[in-house]
Amino acid sequence: MAKTGTFADSLFKGVLTVFAATIILVVVAMIAMMFWNSLPTIREFGLGFLVGSDWQPASDVYGALPFIYGTIVSSVIALILAVPVSLGIAIFLVEQAPKSIASPIAFMVELLAAIPSVVYGLWGIFVLAPFIRNYLGPILQNYLGWLPLFQGRLTGIGMLTGGVIMAIMVTPIITAVVRDVLEVVPNTQRDAALALGATKWETTLIVLENASSGIAGAVVLGLGRALGETMAVTMVIGNAPQISASLFEPAYTIASVLAANFAEATDRLYLSALIEMGLVLFLVTFVVNAAAKVLVMGVAKGTNAARQA
Amino acid sequence: MGNKITVKNLNFFYGKDQALFDISLKIPEREVMAFVGPSGCGKSTFLRVLNRMNDTIPYARIEGEVKIDGKDIYKAKTDVVALRRKVGMVFQKSNPFPKSIFDNVAYGIRINRMHSSKKDLAERVEKALKDAALWEEVKDRLPTSAFGLSGGQQQRLCIARALAVQPEVILMDEPASALDPIATQKIEELVVELKKKYTIVIVTHNMQQAARISDRTAFFMLGKLIEVNPTEKMFTNPDDKLTEDYITGRFG
Ligand SMILES: Nc1ncnc2c1ncn2[C@@H]1O[C@H](COP(=O)(O)OP(=O)(O)O)[C@@H](O)[C@H]1O
Ligand SMILES: [Mg+2]
Repeated sequence: MAKTGTFADSLFKGVLTVFAATIILVVVAMIAMMFWNSLPTIREFGLGFLVGSDWQPASDVYGALPFIYGTIVSSVIALILAVPVSLGIAIFLVEQAPKSIASPIAFMVELLAAIPSVVYGLWGIFVLAPFIRNYLGPILQNYLGWLPLFQGRLTGIGMLTGGVIMAIMVTPIITAVVRDVLEVVPNTQRDAALALGATKWETTLIVLENASSGIAGAVVLGLGRALGETMAVTMVIGNAPQISASLFEPAYTIASVLAANFAEATDRLYLSALIEMGLVLFLVTFVVNAAAKVLVMGVAKGTNAARQA
Repeated sequence: MGNKITVKNLNFFYGKDQALFDISLKIPEREVMAFVGPSGCGKSTFLRVLNRMNDTIPYARIEGEVKIDGKDIYKAKTDVVALRRKVGMVFQKSNPFPKSIFDNVAYGIRINRMHSSKKDLAERVEKALKDAALWEEVKDRLPTSAFGLSGGQQQRLCIARALAVQPEVILMDEPASALDPIATQKIEELVVELKKKYTIVIVTHNMQQAARISDRTAFFMLGKLIEVNPTEKMFTNPDDKLTEDYITGRFG
């Protein structure tokens, strides 16, 4: 190592280290700043902030539960719809489709992921909401109306519409990751199944089993995106801080309430309440995304182990 | 003994590239036939012709006739799943599923619905593991992951997995090439044992191995079958000059 360039090298390394350290510093600073700024509500309400369901900024009552509820339920709806579709597309792309078809479809899926959120939101207002109000909603009420989930007034704007929009937005992401993890499953696994008399479908199950932790990672990654999705959801979910069993009722998510109210939040406690919710969302998505990373990384390692054996 | 497999005038193409040229070959029942030849000469391709594994390659094309038990396996109405059950395969790299030892062996039995009860399934798994000379080493850890086994054990597990569906022919593509000498010796002993019940075709790049375990040897070069003969004759007094050069080159 003792060459003439040693000084330049260590300078270079030093600069890079500073850059890298900056990232960590920014994250830590963000958490510290948000924690500091949410101290007023943390002191005032304690854990009650997270479980309280009253949200009345006018009288300084802040319960974040409707937003937490709205965030979780809309994300769950999104995953329930998006995961099977994404799995189906990814399996089709990797296991079934000839290259000439798979490549353009994969390309289009990637393009979908790049459409700005606000465009999805507009589409949600002008296409999806009327569709749910006029077609999907009545059908659901007709057949599943006995479930509290599908009762109540149908405006087209509400939890279900928010969840569906999110589903459409996370599908490309989940599809892309699942496709990648299916692609790294070694062909020797497919060969092994086929040589034992497995059908195409049974072979696919073996491939899925090989990729299971990566698929779990893709789902969790989708969850992370759904939790944090803001613009499109704000445009179609109705933005009402309420907890209703009906998916047709308007709801509110953490991300939406932050986006919609930050500008007008001049009151110290109001601002603190919003920031505390931001902190909650930050920590949850941080953990969720970290989990996704670990799971997806595990796949590459797992298949390597299988290969070496 | 009769011929289990009869190949006549076989040509094989990967797209425009021809990989096998006009191959005719008879493989007798309950013998070990070894395929030898320089790498890239088409041994694996030919092996995969025999259980139609090349079907998965969309641009592959085949001409000629391949008969097993007198039936042309490339006829349109051939049940490929049944064919692959009858003609098992063991690969160069051991490829156990990410499942337990038990579930690996049980896999083929389950998908082909061969068992009548849980007990029957367990018995079939045990028998396959015994036939693959692995039972004593794994009987106490059947529910544990197959990846916990050594390389040689994993390969014998793959053999057990193939045996469990009761094939009649076993195709092996350099099954010991990634194993140490002791594990290799175990596989060789196993092959000799298995030929009592099965017809075995084994690809090997190891001439001594072919000499030790096979009854007949087929020598391939550049996609052509140069010579087939009883192994003893092949290694002492080959008909073809090319065979002699190849064998002596490797030995010398
Ligand atoms: N999937 C494939 N697509 C195209 N060409 C192939 C494929 N598999 C093998 N080949 C070619 O066919 C020839 C024979 O290969 P192979 O049967 O693997 O030889 P061997 O097993 O004797 O080493 C080689 O030239 C190889 O490059
Ligand atoms: Mg080969």
